Amino acid sequence: MPVAHKTGTVKSKQGSNAQSQKAPAAKTVKAASKKKDEEDGTETGEGDEWMQGKTLIKPLDQLDLTEAELKEEFTRILTANNPHAPQNIVRYSFKERSYKPISSVDQLAVHFVLEGNLLHQDSDEARRQRAKQGLPEEKDTVETAVAEKPETPAAGGEDAGDVEEGGGEERADSVESKAGKKEQKITNQFNFSERASQTLNNPLRERGCQTEPPPRANFSATANQWEIYDVYLEVLQKQEKNKEKAKAVPKKDDDKGKKKMMLVETQSDDITKVAKVAKIIERMVNQNTFDDIAQDFKYFEDASDEYREQEGTLLPLWKFQYDKAKRLSVTALCWNESYKDLFAVGLGSYDFTKQGRGMLVFYSLKNSTFPEYIYPTTSGILCLDIHKHLPYLVAVGFYDGCVAVYNLKEETLQPIYKSTAKSGKHTDPVWQVKWQKDDMDNNHNFFSVSSDGRVVSWTLVKNELVFTDIIKLSLEGAVSEGPEGVQLPIMACGTSFDFHKQIDYLFLVGTEEGKIHKCSKAYSSQFLETYNAHNMAVDAVKWNHFHTKVFISCSSDWTVKIWDHTIKTPMFTFDLNASVGDVAWSPYSSTVFAAVTTDGKVHTFDLSINKYEAICQQPVVAKKKTKLTHIEFNPVYPIIIVGDDRGYVTSLKLSPNLRKKPKEKKGQELPKGPEVEIAKMEKLLSLLREPENSNA
Amino acid sequence: RPDVIQPGYEPGTVVTDAVPQTTAPLGSPSEAEVEETLKRIQTHKGVIGTIVVNAEGIPIRTTLDNSTTVQYAGLLHQLTMKARSTVRDIDPQNDLTFLRIRSKKHEIMVAPDKEYLLIVIQNPSE
Repeated sequence: MPVAHKTGTVKSKQGSNAQSQKAPAAKTVKAASKKKDEEDGTETGEGDEWMQGKTLIKPLDQLDLTEAELKEEFTRILTANNPHAPQNIVRYSFKERSYKPISSVDQLAVHFVLEGNLLHQDSDEARRQRAKQGLPEEKDTVETAVAEKPETPAAGGEDAGDVEEGGGEERADSVESKAGKKEQKITNQFNFSERASQTLNNPLRERGCQTEPPPRANFSATANQWEIYDVYLEVLQKQEKNKEKAKAVPKKDDDKGKKKMMLVETQSDDITKVAKVAKIIERMVNQNTFDDIAQDFKYFEDASDEYREQEGTLLPLWKFQYDKAKRLSVTALCWNESYKDLFAVGLGSYDFTKQGRGMLVFYSLKNSTFPEYIYPTTSGILCLDIHKHLPYLVAVGFYDGCVAVYNLKEETLQPIYKSTAKSGKHTDPVWQVKWQKDDMDNNHNFFSVSSDGRVVSWTLVKNELVFTDIIKLSLEGAVSEGPEGVQLPIMACGTSFDFHKQIDYLFLVGTEEGKIHKCSKAYSSQFLETYNAHNMAVDAVKWNHFHTKVFISCSSDWTVKIWDHTIKTPMFTFDLNASVGDVAWSPYSSTVFAAVTTDGKVHTFDLSINKYEAICQQPVVAKKKTKLTHIEFNPVYPIIIVGDDRGYVTSLKLSPNLRKKPKEKKGQELPKGPEVEIAKMEKLLSLLREPENSNA
Repeated sequence: RPDVIQPGYEPGTVVTDAVPQTTAPLGSPSEAEVEETLKRIQTHKGVIGTIVVNAEGIPIRTTLDNSTTVQYAGLLHQLTMKARSTVRDIDPQNDLTFLRIRSKKHEIMVAPDKEYLLIVIQNPSE
């Protein structure tokens, strides 16, 4: 066993020795084995001498191995790894932001370092030291250099281009010495030889590629507040359209139609779009031409009225005429309640021998040369009324007994409703129409009065005009013999009517016989009251705007009468020396009214100033042959319009005296409102009533 | 003038009036209506000339000579755009209705529209 042990160890020893020569670094591994080897070595050495005498002493702690175990060959692998080198160095990688183990660790183990102090003679440090050490060394070298000098310049030139030679060292020394003197730059330690070679330059070729540039367009725009607003509006409208489309089942035909419409609109250079603008321009041009009239209308106040206590004047303003209506006379006038500068003129003829066509014309004060709306009609118009709340609905009564309703918003020239012989039209001319409040079903309705003695209510139901006889005017006492002995009452001819401002069912009807009947909508056969008003036909009857009891009537018998409806006799009577065509209360005062006569005069009265005479009697039309037919006060502006039988409408401004408000008493505030007007009237009436009461 | 007596008729039937229909109400004006209005303006007292300019500043209708028209159209178009921009900048819901320039000799009136511009030169004192 010890032999085997030895061989094992010898093997290992040899192996280790061989290895150790190769890799002296791997000592530690063999340290233990070497020790053993040494021990064994000493043992064997000692064993040779002491073989006989001694047996091997087995240390006590020596391993006892079996033979098999002893024969076991241990392979020792010698690696070049440094056992002291760390195996798991990690470095922080900023790229991966984590600690990463380094793949290869430095395995160098330094056993011994000795820094030497040898310098190469050609190095910088050596030269510096030599320079420090001084000249004596240089002198020696110079002497040798001088001798060799003549050689070197000649040879130097040759050497310049040569490769390294054996004698290069000498020359190098000489070059060195030269360097010591001149400090020439030495580029390499052996010999500087410049060698340049030109490579073959490849010919340069330029290759370019150009793409097609994207199409460019210049765009400029301004971004104003209003442009942004417009865009938002468009978007809103589109959204709304989309909503509507979503709601309605898509109709392809309509869409196609719409598309066609769209195309047409964009293609044609449509002049109809200039319409609105042309209208504005026309008004402007007219304003320029009639500038002084416009200024008067707005600002002129007759200053001389201060000196004339009880008189006023009328200042003529615009004159409206339409050349196609020259032969017609003005038969009706009406202001529009909503558009204060718009008024309607009905044209026709009062002469029954000259009955022909008629016209409905609308004028605006802004344009006196041409009407705003024109509707020609087949029959002469005798009366018209504009709805108070719906400024586009106009009711018209004709000479042939028909009534019609026009809608100004519609494009057609035809009325939207017209009464027919079947649907109860009058058999005689319609003298007055008046809109009423909407009935319970919210249908519009209006009343008409005609010479056939009927007061009819017409209701606009969907597409039809439904009529209802309200009252039949019968002559009292007069009864005619009809066929088969039936007694028929003779109808009176109604020529005018007016509805009470506050009491809805109460209305007055004036007849051709000169009587005025007070009627109620509820009673169709009986009158509430009858007044023997005039000797001739009652041309106009009008309730006072303020005082609920007072009404006025005028007639061709040259008189104008003011009544209190509770008293059968008139309160005031005025004789105007000519047939009175029309009378109208003023909207601003309860005591002011105006009347027009056939001699071309306008008579204005103010009862609070003068109870007996007109405060203004003014001829309005130039030729005395023109008869004035109608008069209307503007609800807002201090002007009146007067129509005559030549188709002209003249507008006049009322002077301040005609527009007087009640004087304020000292110390009291100026009272305002309709109550004042009523009180004013009442005062006048009370003066009249007392003597009457006493008389009666 | 013949006296035409017409009995009552059904609503909705076409009525041939004795008066030819030359004018239409201004709900949606016909071309003839507009032409007539323009003619009235042109023949109005004191009016020197009328120009209709489209949205690009090109005159499409005029009663003046070519050079004057072009000059007026170009200058007034720019001025109107500026005026309109001013008005709308202050309040986008507002819009310019018309513009009047009164000079010593005459008055230039411009009324803009969405697509067109109508220019009228008038001598108001005539």
